[in-house]
Amino acid sequence: MDLQEYFSLVFTDYTLRTITLGTAILGAVCGMLGSFAVLRKQSLLGDAISHAALPGIAIAFLITGAKESNTLLIGALVSGLIGTFWIRGIITKTHLKSDTALGLILSLFFGFGMLLLTFIQKQPNANQAGLDKYLFGQAATLVESDVWFMAIVAGLCLFVLLLFWKEFKLLLFDADYTKTLGFNTKFIDILITSFIVLAIVLGLQTVGVVLMSAMLLAPAAAARQWTNSLSVMVILASVFGAFAGVFGTTISASQNNLSTGPVIVIVAGVFVLISFVFSPSRGLLFRQIRLIKNRRDLELHKTLAFMYHIAETHDDISHPHTVKILNNFQGYTRSTLKKLVDRNYVTLDGQMWSLTENGFNTASNLYNQQSDNNE
Amino acid sequence: MSQRIAVQIDDLTVAYNYKPVLWDIDLEIPEGVLMAIVGPNGAGKSTLIKSILGILNPIAGSVSIYGKPYDQQRKLVAYVPQKGSVDWDFPTTALDVVMMGTYGSLGWIKRPRQKEKKASLEALEKVGMLSFKNRQISQLSGGQQQRIFLARALVQNASIYFMDEPFQGVDASTEIAIINILKALRKAGKTVVVVHHDLQTVPEYFDWVTFLNVKKIATGPVKDIFNDDNLTKTYGINYKVSIQE
Repeated sequence: MDLQEYFSLVFTDYTLRTITLGTAILGAVCGMLGSFAVLRKQSLLGDAISHAALPGIAIAFLITGAKESNTLLIGALVSGLIGTFWIRGIITKTHLKSDTALGLILSLFFGFGMLLLTFIQKQPNANQAGLDKYLFGQAATLVESDVWFMAIVAGLCLFVLLLFWKEFKLLLFDADYTKTLGFNTKFIDILITSFIVLAIVLGLQTVGVVLMSAMLLAPAAAARQWTNSLSVMVILASVFGAFAGVFGTTISASQNNLSTGPVIVIVAGVFVLISFVFSPSRGLLFRQIRLIKNRRDLELHKTLAFMYHIAETHDDISHPHTVKILNNFQGYTRSTLKKLVDRNYVTLDGQMWSLTENGFNTASNLYNQQSDNNE
Repeated sequence: MSQRIAVQIDDLTVAYNYKPVLWDIDLEIPEGVLMAIVGPNGAGKSTLIKSILGILNPIAGSVSIYGKPYDQQRKLVAYVPQKGSVDWDFPTTALDVVMMGTYGSLGWIKRPRQKEKKASLEALEKVGMLSFKNRQISQLSGGQQQRIFLARALVQNASIYFMDEPFQGVDASTEIAIINILKALRKAGKTVVVVHHDLQTVPEYFDWVTFLNVKKIATGPVKDIFNDDNLTKTYGINYKVSIQE
């Protein structure tokens, strides 16, 4: 199926439409909640929760023997929550730091989950195949009821977010202060974390245990680059997430059915890369350009100042001097001289230069200008 | 001089793990004083403030604000945390941070409106930061960030202010601006309690002082108790400062 075919199909083909909608909603919810995870510096929490969900899926299957996705996801939810509480417990009750606690729980639960999966595969049961789809996700298995469920969670999430926006922002910025104002920080904290867990569990079927945290973090990390406002960041992150979902599905469906989850994650990664490089205020590119430009200006001004000090010794400020004496000055090059001429600070006459009135005045005010620019 | 007691602390003991950080603190903070809490690093100065404000749970002891527990008196109390306790790269503006000071009186769910915004702008003006209201907070200098924190507490319009090292890492002009605000607060009859590190400026800035080193060493008017004897007891070395007469 090529791209054109895809676009005609997305509006007519039921399956494709369902999958596209599902991944879009999932991306939006993950972007929204991921912003909070990123700002709380809990980026790894998402990774730990999603990995911790795996044994839950396996155990739910072992108990019920059914592969019905809702049952398995309830298992994922329960074990994800258990993992989260253990992480919290380890951080508060021991001297271990949070990265250690996260890493420990992540690998322990994931290891246990894999062990159960191989155990299930050895069972003489025709029903067992397909559980491993939760490792990397399989968007193709999304059905309409899944998408409806996602939409309901997304709506609920949005509602809670709008309702407690003020409290969320306060807690994210300054938890201790939130407490002194009389807000129950534990309640707000649990609310945020529960929604993050819920979003992760929702995404397991599509993106899978291993890649789920990228879904959460990538759109938020990209969005942070473009704005200095929390609300804009959350909106942008969900837009990025939704687009990553749609583009990912498009690419995977039009290119020989590449696995959807990884493609979505890579698209989200491309968003991050573009944002890191091209964002006007925080991006590497523009920062580098600004840096180089500032350096050049400084060099230019230093040369001008050097010339000013020479010109100062004469009564006539426009008294010509030979270019040679500039060679002793470190920042001087032919091109700086040319730029000074272009800016009408200096006039050149053969091998002689002289300051213009404009150049003299500029040079005498240089330091003041410098401090003005910094204001 | 019979003053009302703004804050009363009885037998307060706080421990993080096994070792107590504060041991059996009894302390009365009279209404209307500008008090410095001084002591060496690890003396429990910040811990004391955090325990009063209910951020930390003490092992034992009680704190009352005008005779009632803190929970019932929240609106009388404002807090300026250490500047380093938050991430200044958080995506928000100076005005937005100051508005957070109004959240407590708003309570759950209710959003700040025109009235809260006006109060926040006034607080920004008081700390000389009005022209920075839309500035992203990471683009403020350390001194400006401290002023924003101060403005956030001012907007709470409290009776008692607790400040954790408001002078740390600020330049001279901010220090003067802050101390002028503190003095204005005292003049308005407010009680101000400040964790302070610069012993030289204690007599100049404050009228009341508490010496703390896990235990309370002394508390009282600066002119009576700010002397070499108490400094040596608190800091453990023979500490001499020249007190301006």
